[in-house]
Amino acid sequence: MAITTRVVERPIEEASYVRATFKGLALTFKHLVDPHKVTVQYPEEKWDIGPRWRGTHRMLTTEDGKAKCVACGLCPTVCPCNCIKLVPGVDEQGNRYPAVFDIDEFRCIFCGYCQEVCPEEAIHVGRHYENAEYDRKDFVYDLTRLTAQTHPVCEMWDPADPKGE
Amino acid sequence: MTHTLPFLLQVVDPQLPMSDGMFALVSLIKVAVVFGIYMGCVAYTTFLERRVAAWIQDRHGPNRVGPQGIFQVLADGVKNFMKEETLPGGASKVLFILAPALAFIPAMLTWAVIPFASPLPIPGVGLVDMVVADLPVGFLFTLAIGSLGVYGITIAGWSSNNKYALLGGLRASAQMISYEIAMGMSTVCVLLLAGNVHLNTIIMQQASQGWNVALLTMAFFIFAVAALAETNRVPFDLPEAESELVAGYHAEYSSMRYSMFPIAEYANIITSSSLMIALFFGGWDIPFTQWDNLPPWTITKTLLTMGLYVGKVIFFVFTFIWLRWTLPRFRYDQLMAIGWKVLLPMALVYITAVASAVLGLDAAGLARGSYAFRGAMLGMNVVFVVLVFWVLDRGRIVSPAFSRVERERIAKLRDVSARSDLLSGKGA
Repeated sequence: MAITTRVVERPIEEASYVRATFKGLALTFKHLVDPHKVTVQYPEEKWDIGPRWRGTHRMLTTEDGKAKCVACGLCPTVCPCNCIKLVPGVDEQGNRYPAVFDIDEFRCIFCGYCQEVCPEEAIHVGRHYENAEYDRKDFVYDLTRLTAQTHPVCEMWDPADPKGE
Repeated sequence: MTHTLPFLLQVVDPQLPMSDGMFALVSLIKVAVVFGIYMGCVAYTTFLERRVAAWIQDRHGPNRVGPQGIFQVLADGVKNFMKEETLPGGASKVLFILAPALAFIPAMLTWAVIPFASPLPIPGVGLVDMVVADLPVGFLFTLAIGSLGVYGITIAGWSSNNKYALLGGLRASAQMISYEIAMGMSTVCVLLLAGNVHLNTIIMQQASQGWNVALLTMAFFIFAVAALAETNRVPFDLPEAESELVAGYHAEYSSMRYSMFPIAEYANIITSSSLMIALFFGGWDIPFTQWDNLPPWTITKTLLTMGLYVGKVIFFVFTFIWLRWTLPRFRYDQLMAIGWKVLLPMALVYITAVASAVLGLDAAGLARGSYAFRGAMLGMNVVFVVLVFWVLDRGRIVSPAFSRVERERIAKLRDVSARSDLLSGKGA
């Protein structure tokens, strides 16, 4: 296809520079004195994150402070990136509990499948994103750290209530 | 030194000029103090630029280092000193290292002759002129030294062994040559009225006869445009032109060597602002009163005039920044056309007109500074302003993009676009 050109039909009498400059200066000055700032001053101000935000994990606990997890092994199975390491144990009453429950947040893609698949509603992805660390190994959260998290957890999408109302 | 000591000890009338020995001592102190304050102002101009730019663009700008970011300048300085100094292979080593200094030193030197307040009487010392070096050739010195700065830029571009840097350097020299002429011409009108190149004399003439900007608006306009071009600021930043030439003449520079170029640029902004003020806005004169520019000199007068002077400088520096964040860069042919086809003829016509008017009014027996003289000059000025801003400024000052295409070609293109289904709206 040939390149087509549109010729601007502007009479040369209208092409001013100096007067147009003053117009431009007025415009920029208007923005200077009446700015429409949208930048969020991050550490001091933060956006509200959505109810379905999937961030750093959190393990919920029972009333006696133990993890709700029964070490069924569903979450390491469903995890698409293999970031959950689970070693089950059995206590004196014959209840299963997670002897080791590590999540490598560095590998995690925050898909939220672990929360979705969990029959005990124990493991959750959280509404939290400030998870920077100084060392790579600190990104592996063990059970103590997962239960110690306090941030609100993600509300999973409910097919009966698709808009979250 | 043997006969300076008695001079130092004896009581001097503060309203009289200083003795020679005292003059040398006071000059040394002035150099140190003014240089320090000047460097501080240059540093804070960079900060002002970043904040004003941000505000104009609805951003915040640097506001993290210290309250409202006021220590950003120090952080930048430390950062620049810490960074690695690169030396490109194939660069001319001596010139590459020398170029930043060549850009920086003239920028600093120019300020030496600019008076910034009324003379300060110090008891026991004498009357201290509030100017670093009160040269009789004053203004010519600034023109001579000011244009030396382009050597730094051109040599920086050439010695980098980089095609973009070289293009930037060449553009800088072409631009400087084109606009230096218009700048010099525009000041001739001021010299015609003042009859002297000594800056303090020009200021005193304006103090008694009204600021030159009212009588010589066109000269101020030409001077301002040329000053903008000389400082390589947008819309005349073709030597740098980051969208065309990477970073232009300083593409290969890093660390403090790079930093010298922006420092020189901001120093030039302050100097150009000061020159505009001295030549057209009455220098340190407080308008509508004669109280401030007559002896006996007092410390109050010095402080007040200096305060007003700083205010004027801040206004002009702000205007430089404001213009930068408003206008887009000129095309290279537009730049040359403005310099040679608009500003230079305009300045020549204006000189002729002002010279004839001054000669005519002198011959008619009107005293300089009388209301009739000033009225006549003002009338002529209004005619010129209307002529330039309302008659010439119709596509004749800066050529629009389409005027370079010949008329027949435009007709042909219009014909093609009329027959095109896509453009006439007939097709899909």
